[in-house]
Amino acid sequence: MRLSALLTGCVVAALLAFLVHFCLPLLDPKTLAGLLTADWRPFHGGFGILAMAAGSLLLALSAVPLAFPVAVGVCCFIHGLGSPRAARLVLRAVQLMTGVPTVVYGFVAVFVLVPLLRAAFHHGSGFSWLAAALGLAVLILPTMTLMIHSQFQVAEPRIRLTAAALGLTRAQRLLHLVVPLSRRGFAAALVLGFGRAVGDTMIPLMLSGNAAQLPGSPLDSLRALTAHIALVVATDSHSLAYLSLFAAGLFLFTATAGVTIALRWIQGGGRP
Amino acid sequence: MKRGLLALGMLLALCTVAFGSGLDAFKGQKGDIAIAGGTAHIPVMEKAARNIMTANPDIRISVAGGGSGVGIQKVGEGLVAIGNSGRKASEEEVAKYGLAMFAFAVDGVATIVSPDNPVGGLTSDQVCRIYAGEITNWKDVGGKDAAINLYTRDEASGTREVYWKKLLKKGTIAASANVVASNGAMKTAVSRDPDGIGYASIGYLDATVKAPALDGVVPTQEAAKDGSYPVVRKLYMNTKGEPAGIVKAFVDYVMGPDCVQIIKDSGYIPLH
Repeated sequence: MRLSALLTGCVVAALLAFLVHFCLPLLDPKTLAGLLTADWRPFHGGFGILAMAAGSLLLALSAVPLAFPVAVGVCCFIHGLGSPRAARLVLRAVQLMTGVPTVVYGFVAVFVLVPLLRAAFHHGSGFSWLAAALGLAVLILPTMTLMIHSQFQVAEPRIRLTAAALGLTRAQRLLHLVVPLSRRGFAAALVLGFGRAVGDTMIPLMLSGNAAQLPGSPLDSLRALTAHIALVVATDSHSLAYLSLFAAGLFLFTATAGVTIALRWIQGGGRP
Repeated sequence: MKRGLLALGMLLALCTVAFGSGLDAFKGQKGDIAIAGGTAHIPVMEKAARNIMTANPDIRISVAGGGSGVGIQKVGEGLVAIGNSGRKASEEEVAKYGLAMFAFAVDGVATIVSPDNPVGGLTSDQVCRIYAGEITNWKDVGGKDAAINLYTRDEASGTREVYWKKLLKKGTIAASANVVASNGAMKTAVSRDPDGIGYASIGYLDATVKAPALDGVVPTQEAAKDGSYPVVRKLYMNTKGEPAGIVKAFVDYVMGPDCVQIIKDSGYIPLH
């Protein structure tokens, strides 16, 4: 146990050291200033990754609010608003969703969602921030649902007797006791969903259109950092464009680490 | 004398065998050949590999994709024996890795639009201005009144490189252009977008997309071969240093008379 923990720790530390090592050549002030712009035109000397960093954040920050209410709704359905049989069925379906590879969501969305958006809004090609955000919302929905569900499961037995003694119905128990008691689960679900949305590659790559720009509307094309790495990794490995990928990797690593720490903090009850 | 004659006879026999078929170079040999890189090359590589492995089951050849950049990188790092690229390796790459390049076919890159698009021809100036974002509506080039959706490829793409150099004259490509990751993805995206414009290898053209004439020349492999269609590139195999053994035999086989038909069948023009 301890050995495997040690090994995992070493791998993560090595990964960080590796990223930092490859980022070192980017550290002179001029290169760094170039890196922190929104100007990505590698053949004209523009290596800014800011548009992509913003793209990642925008995508994740829009996917989470899309998925969260649905996740809460599904959990309420499973824990009291729906009939037990239907509830079990829904829970199984959500569990099944966690196993669907993201490329499948991406593929289906390319053929169904994208033409739909194009026809509905008459603006752009359909490959857009909105398409990718909807795809990501579907992706993170089961993660968030199961997180909230497990919190409900902990909260429910604790108040079952009290609620019964007060003569509350299942719906009243859920709304007035279980939901307020599960605040920590909601927060954890938000953070976890955000982490998954930031980290996913296939859905942004296939749906967001990948234009390296700051989008002016949800129907515009944008590029996420993960998709950016996937697109650029095959370029000439001695170019600055290639090196800038390590900065992108470091950014993602930091974001994910931040999410993990936040999650620990929430689960530890707000104490560091 | 008698022995001398016998030796001469054997030598003659050996020569006949050696020149009889390109496959004979593999007789009595065994080993593995790993190939990766440009996606345009794959049909040719697979058919050649199948012929060789059928003639000599002791030789195992694996063919993978990844793109031109990946091909050069992998062969340079010694991960594969042959790295394919749809572009000439850059001077830095050749110097760093000591690459030997073998061009075996010519491929054209055509502008593509949806089959529903009424535009049947474009001038190179119009294409440049469309990609630069100066012409944004199809009605300005003789089409219907609809905004043009741009599709381009990532910076590692050999297809992009030739299109950008030879047709767009290294001009700007609007930042709002959607970026897709392969010839296949390009065809899918443009075939489903009635207002889209993109570009793909002529070998990939079929009924799902339309290739408008460029300055009056319909892009076909024949036009690419006789020089009337200018947007062409060579397909390369790259090895680290001069190839030897079965890798050399493979390169010779693809460059030899046996593969002429294979290359033609795959939609490309053999160089020999």
